[in-house]
Amino acid sequence: MRPLKFLLKKEFKQIFRNKALLPMIFVMPLLQLLIMPLAADYEVKNINISIVDNDQSSYSKELTSKILASGYFQLSGYTHSFDESFKLIESDEADLILEIPHNFEKNLSRNGFEKLFIAVNAINGTKAGLGGSYLNSIISDFNQNISVKLSRNSPNLEFKSIEVASLNWYNPYMNYKIFMVPALLAIIVTMIGVYMCGLNIVKEKEVGTIEQINVSPIKKHHYILGKLIPFWIIGIAVFSIGFFVISWLVYGIIPLGNLFLLYAYLGLFLVALLGFGLLISTYSETQQQAMSVSFFFMMIFILMSGLFTSIDAMPDWAQKIAYINPVTYFIDVIRMVVLKGSGLGDITKHIFIMIGFAILFNTWAIVNYRKTT
Amino acid sequence: MEQLIIFIKKEFKHVFRDNKTLLMLFGLPIAQIILFGFALTNEIKNSKIVVCDYAQDISSIQITERISTSKNFEIKKTIFDKEQIEASFQEGDVKLVVVFPANFHKDLYHFNIAQIQVIADASDPNTAATLTSYINNIVKGYQQELNAPSIGSIKIVPEIRMLYNPELKGSTNFVPGVMALVLLLVCVLMTSVSIVKEKEKGTMEVLLVSPMNPFTVIIAKAIPYFFLSLINLTVILVMSIYLLDMPMNGSMLLLYFVSGILILCALSLGLLISNVTKTQETAMLITLMGMLLPVIMFSGFMFPLENMPAPLQIVANIVPSKWYYIIVKSIMIKGLGIMSIWKEVLILSLMTTGLLIVSLKNFNIRLQ
Amino acid sequence: MKTETVIKAVNLTKMFGDFTAVDNICFEVYKGEIFGFLGANGAGKTTAMRMLCGLSKPSSGEASIAGFDVYRETEKIKSNIGYMSQKFSLYEDLTIAENINFFGGIYGLSDKELREQSESLIEKLDLRKNANKLVGELPLGWKQKLAFSVAIIHKPSIVFLDEPTGGVDPITRRQFWDMIYDAAAGGITVFITTHYMDEAEYCNRVSMMVDGKIAALDSPANLKEQCSAATMDDVFYQLARKAKRS
Repeated sequence: MRPLKFLLKKEFKQIFRNKALLPMIFVMPLLQLLIMPLAADYEVKNINISIVDNDQSSYSKELTSKILASGYFQLSGYTHSFDESFKLIESDEADLILEIPHNFEKNLSRNGFEKLFIAVNAINGTKAGLGGSYLNSIISDFNQNISVKLSRNSPNLEFKSIEVASLNWYNPYMNYKIFMVPALLAIIVTMIGVYMCGLNIVKEKEVGTIEQINVSPIKKHHYILGKLIPFWIIGIAVFSIGFFVISWLVYGIIPLGNLFLLYAYLGLFLVALLGFGLLISTYSETQQQAMSVSFFFMMIFILMSGLFTSIDAMPDWAQKIAYINPVTYFIDVIRMVVLKGSGLGDITKHIFIMIGFAILFNTWAIVNYRKTT
Repeated sequence: MEQLIIFIKKEFKHVFRDNKTLLMLFGLPIAQIILFGFALTNEIKNSKIVVCDYAQDISSIQITERISTSKNFEIKKTIFDKEQIEASFQEGDVKLVVVFPANFHKDLYHFNIAQIQVIADASDPNTAATLTSYINNIVKGYQQELNAPSIGSIKIVPEIRMLYNPELKGSTNFVPGVMALVLLLVCVLMTSVSIVKEKEKGTMEVLLVSPMNPFTVIIAKAIPYFFLSLINLTVILVMSIYLLDMPMNGSMLLLYFVSGILILCALSLGLLISNVTKTQETAMLITLMGMLLPVIMFSGFMFPLENMPAPLQIVANIVPSKWYYIIVKSIMIKGLGIMSIWKEVLILSLMTTGLLIVSLKNFNIRLQ
Repeated sequence: MKTETVIKAVNLTKMFGDFTAVDNICFEVYKGEIFGFLGANGAGKTTAMRMLCGLSKPSSGEASIAGFDVYRETEKIKSNIGYMSQKFSLYEDLTIAENINFFGGIYGLSDKELREQSESLIEKLDLRKNANKLVGELPLGWKQKLAFSVAIIHKPSIVFLDEPTGGVDPITRRQFWDMIYDAAAGGITVFITTHYMDEAEYCNRVSMMVDGKIAALDSPANLKEQCSAATMDDVFYQLARKAKRS
């Protein structure tokens, strides 16, 4: 164990002496964590609607005011023709257009049937889908009101209604930040782990100091542990600052689950992750190579982790990729434990899979790290 | 001139000899296009839900059936006890629980009013809102049919047209974003690292004492990456048009012209970073840790800019990829010409000029 | 001189694909001698040395270092040798004292030994004032002297020096050779490659490698006599001229 002590001392000295590196580890990521959640707001609000009312009847006006009173929509234009409204879409001022046809009221009363035209800017699929869905339900409410009004005359009215009462658990104010902060924290820890660990060993290769190590009687696993432990500790430290200071104090996210469980999982995740960084470094000769490879995987890790888009909606083959991505599990666990208070029983599967990753990456890296060529 | 060509050849050799660099340069955009095109959607489908059915009568079963036939939902299981709801959520993958109270059918037919409770896992608020509104629509539809016989069939049929993106594909939104992301980051990374590497190894001094003008050295460094980025752009465009059926409604020439400006902008930024850093490690970390997330966030393709607080919307304005993203969307999807986007192009050009001047000046100072 | 063999190579060969970098070399090095390993660039010196240090596996042949086999006992070899590579390989972002401490530590020196060693080392190199300076800030000559001292800090039985004096001024080179003589007098066998023929004269025996083979091996005086040359320069020139690859 004695050589390990010297290796650790050396690594810490090198890390803390590097004035350019320290802000990169501690300040920049945490600053991002502080600011990014404000930007990562995917909540669909302010859906801008432009209404073309060709009818100008009491029905069309009632519908318009119902839409504007719903709270989902903002009126960005009330135009006389579809073309005028379409211009608003082109300039991104409107997200959707509702066109009420001529004789809307007349046709409804006479034929009991009429169409409404809705055009949605669907470049942003979520907004389009949700906007369309909201508008749909307002229209069907309106439809029902008219039905009731028109049938007032008939004596034996039997109107059945089903109310849908909705409850939002875990995040009653529907605050998107609560969803994003823990996941961004996970991404930041991942970036630090993979980049720092991957680059560090390759740097020794490129500078040539690794020769001096290889010719010494130092044991392979000591050397690798000497590299892993400092970054493991740094990972935990960055996570802790991010978690307690930014997530808890600034964003007020009070973890519901067991903190010990969360940290145990974090520790496990870091072992797997650093093993991956190590693996990259054993396959690279220069820092540029290590960086290229880790950037490639980092992008895939981020995109396929369910951070921004839901894994359920992916096709099967993509779900398979998502499930061989260690970051997926960590984001899942951090969201479950922090936001929903999930316990050990709920994340057993995640734990076993992460142990698998940790063993796989580290064994592979140790086998592939050669002191002799 | 001849010197310049020799030098450019050397740079190309550096890049093409290293298959790992090639992986990032070309593998990354290709992988991203495939992922964004086929794997990532903002669409919500097959969401797992749980039905908590205290009623178990004809009405509750009919509604449950309607929910299960919708492509948006997959009923994971039916439970009969509210106590199990929390546990279902904690297991992780359940997004929503629909609760039918006891006597649901009786209430509906005797009192003409009945209630359904929808409990959503709002830790992901968007999915929660969307799923709740889907359930709402299903229930409304059911209710309308129920009432049709007694109150006559007045029917408003909304006809929805999805403009630009009829299939609601995520790629329409993402591809321009990937172009912005890849062109900017890869280019900044490659330029800054290749210059700092020469500094670190001492070969930069060899070049600077050579009879070549220092600016020739910089231009020679920039040209290969400029062309590599154009090739990269072409790869992305070909893939997204032929593989993802992305529309190309505007002028290709205009698109290349604007992309050229963005690449130039990235090269200047790369030069600037290389001026202020001493080691490759620092240059890489500035780009990867410092720029990756902001570029993803502030370009506007992942998160709508209008949702951000005002100060951040202002910050987003200094991210070149934001402007590029708007331009690409306008050209490719909306088919707009230079007259509609001259403002954005102008801003991007000014930004590029500014960065170029600052970085060259900085480089010059360092020489003295 | 006592003839206890500490390095023994028999038909040692290293192939890279179909290129034979080191071709069936045989030689012995005796305890306490300064053994010069000469040859033109690309003659195979560094490859041969890396095999002896356990950094590279031989393709065929046998070798033992301090009685340990280069195939099976590389880790034991490593405890018994010191190595100083062509490329400067101390940590430039650690101070002199920290480097001494680190390398002493990983070679298993006790805290007491470490303290004593680094004391005497700093004293000997006259680095007292600079002990807390980063190694990266030192001039090259001092770096090389420090690297050598660190390479023998654990009192190995053999030290391998790969072109240790490249780029160093003549005065520092003299001081460096004084240190080598000191080490040899203390019983450490010195195995050194060099380009400087005046340095070859300082060695007890030298071998000349040409095209991966050992073309000559003897004391400098005998070599000069055999080639009827006035200086080692001439010897080198005569032998190296025969090389087919360069």
